[in-house]
Amino acid sequence: MSESMVQVTNVTKIYERGTQQVEVLHGLTLQIPRGDFVALMGPSGSGKTTLLNLIGGLDQPTSGEVWVGGSRIDRMPSGQLAAWRARNVGFVFQFYNLIPVLTAEGNVELPLLLTKLSAAQRRKNAAVALQVVGLADRAGHKPSELSGGQEQRVAIARALVSDPQILVCDEPTGDLDRKTADDILGLLQVLNRDHGKTIVMVTHDPKAAEFARRTLHLEKGQLLEQSAA
Amino acid sequence: MLRQILAVTGINIRAIPQRWTSSLVIVIGLAGVVAVFTALLAMAGGFENTLRATGRNDAAIVMRGGSDAELNSVLDRASDDLIEQAAGIRTGTDGRPEASAEMMIIAELMRKDDARPGVSGANVTVRGVEPAGFALRPQLKIVAGRTFTPGLRELIVGSGLVRQFQGTGVGQTVRMRGTDWTIVGIFAAGDSHDSEMWTDINVARTTFNRTGSSSVLVALEGPDGLDRLKASLAGDPRLTVDVVRERDYFIGQTRQFRQNIGVLAGVVTIIMGLGAAFAALNSMYAAVAARGKEIATLRALGFGGAPVAVSVLIESLLLALIGGVLGALVAYLLFNDLTVSTMGQSFTQVVFDFKVTPQLVQRGLVIAVVIGMVGGLLPAVRAARLPVTTGLREL
Amino acid sequence: MTKTGFVIANLFRKRTRTILTLLSVTMAFLLFGLLQSVNYLFSAGADALGATRLMTQARVSFTQSLPLSMVPKLESVPGVARVAYSQWFGGIWQDNTPVFVFSVDPARYHDVYPEYVMPEAQWREFARTRTAMVAGRQIADKYGWKVGQHIPISSNIYPQKNGSKAWAFDLVGIFDGKDEDWKKRTNQVLINHDYFDEANQFVKGRTNFYILRLTDADKAQSVIRTVDAMFENSLDETKTQTEKEFNLSFVKQLGDIGLIVRWILFAVFFTLLLVVGNTMAQSVRERIPELAVLKTLGFSDGAVLGFVIAEAFALCALGGLVGLVLASLAGAALEKGTGGQFALHLSGWVWLLGLITIVLMSLAVGLLPGLRAQRLRIVDALAGR
Repeated sequence: MSESMVQVTNVTKIYERGTQQVEVLHGLTLQIPRGDFVALMGPSGSGKTTLLNLIGGLDQPTSGEVWVGGSRIDRMPSGQLAAWRARNVGFVFQFYNLIPVLTAEGNVELPLLLTKLSAAQRRKNAAVALQVVGLADRAGHKPSELSGGQEQRVAIARALVSDPQILVCDEPTGDLDRKTADDILGLLQVLNRDHGKTIVMVTHDPKAAEFARRTLHLEKGQLLEQSAA
Repeated sequence: MLRQILAVTGINIRAIPQRWTSSLVIVIGLAGVVAVFTALLAMAGGFENTLRATGRNDAAIVMRGGSDAELNSVLDRASDDLIEQAAGIRTGTDGRPEASAEMMIIAELMRKDDARPGVSGANVTVRGVEPAGFALRPQLKIVAGRTFTPGLRELIVGSGLVRQFQGTGVGQTVRMRGTDWTIVGIFAAGDSHDSEMWTDINVARTTFNRTGSSSVLVALEGPDGLDRLKASLAGDPRLTVDVVRERDYFIGQTRQFRQNIGVLAGVVTIIMGLGAAFAALNSMYAAVAARGKEIATLRALGFGGAPVAVSVLIESLLLALIGGVLGALVAYLLFNDLTVSTMGQSFTQVVFDFKVTPQLVQRGLVIAVVIGMVGGLLPAVRAARLPVTTGLREL
Repeated sequence: MTKTGFVIANLFRKRTRTILTLLSVTMAFLLFGLLQSVNYLFSAGADALGATRLMTQARVSFTQSLPLSMVPKLESVPGVARVAYSQWFGGIWQDNTPVFVFSVDPARYHDVYPEYVMPEAQWREFARTRTAMVAGRQIADKYGWKVGQHIPISSNIYPQKNGSKAWAFDLVGIFDGKDEDWKKRTNQVLINHDYFDEANQFVKGRTNFYILRLTDADKAQSVIRTVDAMFENSLDETKTQTEKEFNLSFVKQLGDIGLIVRWILFAVFFTLLLVVGNTMAQSVRERIPELAVLKTLGFSDGAVLGFVIAEAFALCALGGLVGLVLASLAGAALEKGTGGQFALHLSGWVWLLGLITIVLMSLAVGLLPGLRAQRLRIVDALAGR
């Protein structure tokens, strides 16, 4: 576990909102080893989602370096970055962000359209991923026919299906009740422990953070301390 | 109830600017339908007016039996004389029967907008007339130059032709059968004669190597003139002719065109109207969907379902009406008094103006309102039925 | 699931809206199909004609006849292989139905129009029998004429010597076109000019048109100049043009109607562009978070643009094809209803034009929302900004 999965070095991120400039991250440095499960906590506006977006390759820093899984992504052109995300990162959002017109299976299969897999192989992989999250029997249902917890499981299956090295989760339980949230977090733990996925999760819920191996606290764009869970 | 409707409608209409693109779809869609409808019927109406104005009730055209149109009719010189001596014909100021043997010839002229001049032109009527021809059309006035001199190869040209065709000014020449004919004047009659060129029938006879005429136009004497004329001509075994009241002859010529344009306008308006109705439905459904929360809130506050539905309908009608007015305006600005020409019954060009009349505009607006009604009704029902609770939960 | 499946699934996300939009598009293309074929009827119907034939008519207009004494003069012009002539008869079938009847010299006509096929025996019979007529396949089928029948046809112009305008002819043959284009040009009747010339009261030794068959098409311009120069300043000045030009000159008589049709099409498509464009923009607006998710999953900006354009294309193609098919059916029904008189079938050309329009329209309505989707920044879109 000594090998570094995520290496963020001296990263600054400035947003322009109209005429105003907002500096969200100030020279932040962070290292996450392969196989880790990190919870990012902090008050609103502390920059935790921004940091997560930088790690997931959704956004790029104003200055500083971001290395993920051995690739430097902070200056990658957008097309290349998209292809990189397809291979290396799985995303889980607070509001699941499933495509409403597709079935659970279709949603899970979606990222595989970016691969060269045959249609049969795609279906098979999607079925496996749904099995992993325990929703094989809901494959034909549309998101509107699923409960919140089930939707999030489909989203996790979608994140897993292309076998990425790292899962990036933004408040994955923010919209779920305690019981369901704990199930989802347990699932993430299994993925981390048994499938070796590195997980970075933003949450404002201390109970959720307990499922992680360690918790990082952000405040005003800077890392406060590191505490083992 | 009324106050509720007014209140809700007020809210709706104030919100239009926020979703102006979909409102614009209704307006433009109906503007298109009404503009096309009005323009087509303005064309048909213009054509009809022109021919309808041509014929008189107290004149008749005599042609060879079974000819249908002047172009096909051939009368020999003897027939001309027999016809002019028949009963029922008014006596002119010169003491002779008021009758004009006329010959119709077709010549080609180049249209002004012809992209490739000199290849082939459009057919134009050349009418050879006797002096009585002018007395029989008192509406015809020389507006430039002078009339032709009998015996000379001179032409006078209708004002409609002058607007639409090349080389038709006073002093210019038209070439027919190896000789040049000089245009010496321009006339205006306000009817289909404005699409003709006139000359002396005797010059036409010698040039075109014919002896008789195409038809004889006669003034009728008294209310029973036509019957007396018919009886007199039918009783002469030397003649096989048809007699038609002049006005009926020209109205008959509009029938086919009117039918064709009527069918075209009908088909185009129905298809385009359906398209616009679907678009209006779409826009109003979208408007209702976008206001789901707002409608639910109003319902929660105690507004009834009916005022909500009526307000949606009013909005749709209002937009449709704006579209209709816009369309009629576009049709008026682009097409009213636009001069065009097309082929008339005798295979020659008839020059006429589009006429956008208040009646046409009114019919266009009725169509707009009907389509607006269709487009608003179903969405209005949906708005009224929207369950308050789901509406409130919507984003 | 496939990419196509995904596009189609997205298309029907709001079923009512998509169906209504599709119907609007269908209506527009139905109109497009019908009006374009009217337009085609007006303008390009002569495309099938080559330049190996010229038409010579009186310069003043074709209603003026020319003397038959011109035949040897025309035959002597270098480049002219064969000369035929044709006289308008003004035919009326039964009560009041105009039919195209031309009085011709059978042998000459046969030589000049090899495109019309009929057994040689029937051609010979046509030439031999004074009162013979032959009919095109279309018109014969329309009125149910059979070879051997004695068919009454009146003229609205020419009386016989006895003053009667009622004529009758013996149908000795039915000719057809050699290919599809020519099969559509078999709506006319031919009668024997020798008989007509002798039996009618008005004209003797004259005809409306000469048809010159050329030795080769390259000679057209020189023959036109030679012929027209030969009769210049005579009483019978001529105008000679290619068969195609000649046909177009008939179309020209309709004057400004073609222009009106173009105006309507313009109005229809302007409206349609707005309708479909608005639907696409609306659909993209609603789906911004989803599009951001696609990008998150690794779909490139170009791929997302592609999805939106593909959706616009699917919308236009589906509605457009249905509309064109409807137009074909309506055109065929109209053609049948008018007994082939109004041949409003959708030609390949109109279909091609329709397909091109579908592609252009897809781009027009898909491009703006598509570019918006392409430029979408994931972070902003996910945050609902």
